[in-house]
Amino acid sequence: MIEWINSIIQGVLTGGLYALFAAGLAIIFGVMRLVNIAHGDLIVLAAFVAMVVIETTGVDPFVSMVAVLPFMFFFGYVLQRGILNYTLGDDLLPPLLVTFGISIVIQNLLLEIFSADSQRLKAGPIEVSSVQLVEGIELGILPLVVFVIAVVLIAGLQIGFSRTRLGRAFRATSDDPSTARLMGINQKHVFGLAMAVSLVLVAIAGIFIGIRTNFDPALGPTRLLFAFEAVIIGGLGSMWGTLAGGVILGVAQNIGAKIDPGWQFLAGHIAFLVILVLRPNGLFPRTRDD
Amino acid sequence: MTSRVVHSTRASRIGMSVAAVLILVLLTVPWWGDRATMRLLVEIFYILALAQLWNLLAGYGGLVSVGQQAFVGLGGYLLFILVIFLDIGTIWTVPMAGVLGAVISLPIAFIVFRLRGHYFAIGTWVVAEVFLLGFAQVKALGGGSGMSLPIAAIKSIAASRADRDATIYWLALALAVAVIAGIYLLLRSRYGLALTAIRDSEEASRSLGVDNFRAKLLVYILAAFGTSAIGALIYITKIRITPSAAFDINWTVTIIFIVVIGGIGSIEGPIVGTLIFFLLREPLAPYGTWYLILLGVTAVVVMLKAPKGLWGLFAERFDIALFPVQRRLLLGAVDKPG
Repeated sequence: MIEWINSIIQGVLTGGLYALFAAGLAIIFGVMRLVNIAHGDLIVLAAFVAMVVIETTGVDPFVSMVAVLPFMFFFGYVLQRGILNYTLGDDLLPPLLVTFGISIVIQNLLLEIFSADSQRLKAGPIEVSSVQLVEGIELGILPLVVFVIAVVLIAGLQIGFSRTRLGRAFRATSDDPSTARLMGINQKHVFGLAMAVSLVLVAIAGIFIGIRTNFDPALGPTRLLFAFEAVIIGGLGSMWGTLAGGVILGVAQNIGAKIDPGWQFLAGHIAFLVILVLRPNGLFPRTRDD
Repeated sequence: MTSRVVHSTRASRIGMSVAAVLILVLLTVPWWGDRATMRLLVEIFYILALAQLWNLLAGYGGLVSVGQQAFVGLGGYLLFILVIFLDIGTIWTVPMAGVLGAVISLPIAFIVFRLRGHYFAIGTWVVAEVFLLGFAQVKALGGGSGMSLPIAAIKSIAASRADRDATIYWLALALAVAVIAGIYLLLRSRYGLALTAIRDSEEASRSLGVDNFRAKLLVYILAAFGTSAIGALIYITKIRITPSAAFDINWTVTIIFIVVIGGIGSIEGPIVGTLIFFLLREPLAPYGTWYLILLGVTAVVVMLKAPKGLWGLFAERFDIALFPVQRRLLLGAVDKPG
């Protein structure tokens, strides 16, 4: 019994990481109805950027964020204004196929530069230290830290959306792009900033993946699927929904893994499909996808 | 003044004659071509057929799936299941895999059709992942390490190696021709008109009485039928199957790049794209990853600068259609029969 409770608790903590993946995807979908197929590959890219920063300067992975976060912010802004803004319109195909192409390019460039070897960001004792809750349940410090950061970031985003100037611009553009433009909002700039914020979340998620597990250039697509599943489970347009979605996905995967190691990801995907059948709009829907 | 609606143009009549001659020439290859040429042509045929089916889904049905590898792999596994457990003749598994793939696509459509637009795309990918991970769990099919086709099943195609190669070659050619002809006829029918209307505007087509859901479902099932049949053929040529190769996203990556570069939303586009793909692949194959990077960059540039692809640029410039599916109104034309 205690083992199952342990699996569920570990799943909840993993869910924090998935919520970080999902939040980045949810923001850009909310603001510009763009689904970024390269999202997972950008997470892996951030992990590799962190690796280069750590290897060249010798800093701790947590400290590397000082460089990696601004880099990914800038990268996101340039990517949006330089390429992705030109794909947005009534037609669904261009953004989908362009981000798909970018995904393949990033994956193979990483493969060419860093080879297919598994990498890891070394963070020292925090990787293995844990606290014992009760007999049989140990919480790793690192998963706990990731979960808390995810909750804080999502709360921050939620407040940011409702209280700040930029948040209002995001929501206005999301609700009615043409009126927002009439009110003096520079849509291209707002889209650039939305992608930049999305990639900051991606950078944080990428660094935590790098510390928690091994990563390699081929890891991106499955991370995209997790992010996507968490967004859909939670319901489009709801930030807290992405946290709930991430947690449900993490719990399903951990319970699956407990039954049979081969069932870990399969159980997550099946949980997603079941929820899709029962609640097509997710558990906490805000905006409708049309 | 009389007017009439026509399908064909002078270019299309010439195009049809060229196509007929080309098919006749291709039919004779087993008598004079060497083994390597035939293998390459078989691969070109099945990739072309897969690309045409994806173009039907995305370019006409508006169903941008990135999970068609689910049906390639499913067709492949159906080949092994039908041959090994049900003792069905190897060649006969190809149409049977198509029918079974179409049947299995119905419950899948029930799930993924709940997702719209972009989310539909990633939803189909999740389904393909479920197939990959699911088949890897089936011990009777070799689990994650897969299985090989029994020698007896290979021998049952034809006694000698040359005859087997020729049979597989003709089968692949027949599938590619059938897929292109089938899509051409479908698009010229009432359904084709409905699909084109949906592609251009979902709301407008619905207001004119088109049942959008039914038309899209039909396209999805037809694509599943064709893709599964081709999957069975692919694994007859490959002989060995593993879940990670059968359900590899790269099947879909390849066909998407082909369709986008060649020109989405036309029958000529995937043909042009397939030719470019193989022309580039032969010299660039040694550079593996760089080749994929080049394809990715090309696809992005084409999508941004020429969304109708290379064929689209050409067709627009010269107003040429080899497989015209649109109807042209000729004003004041002489009203003669035919």
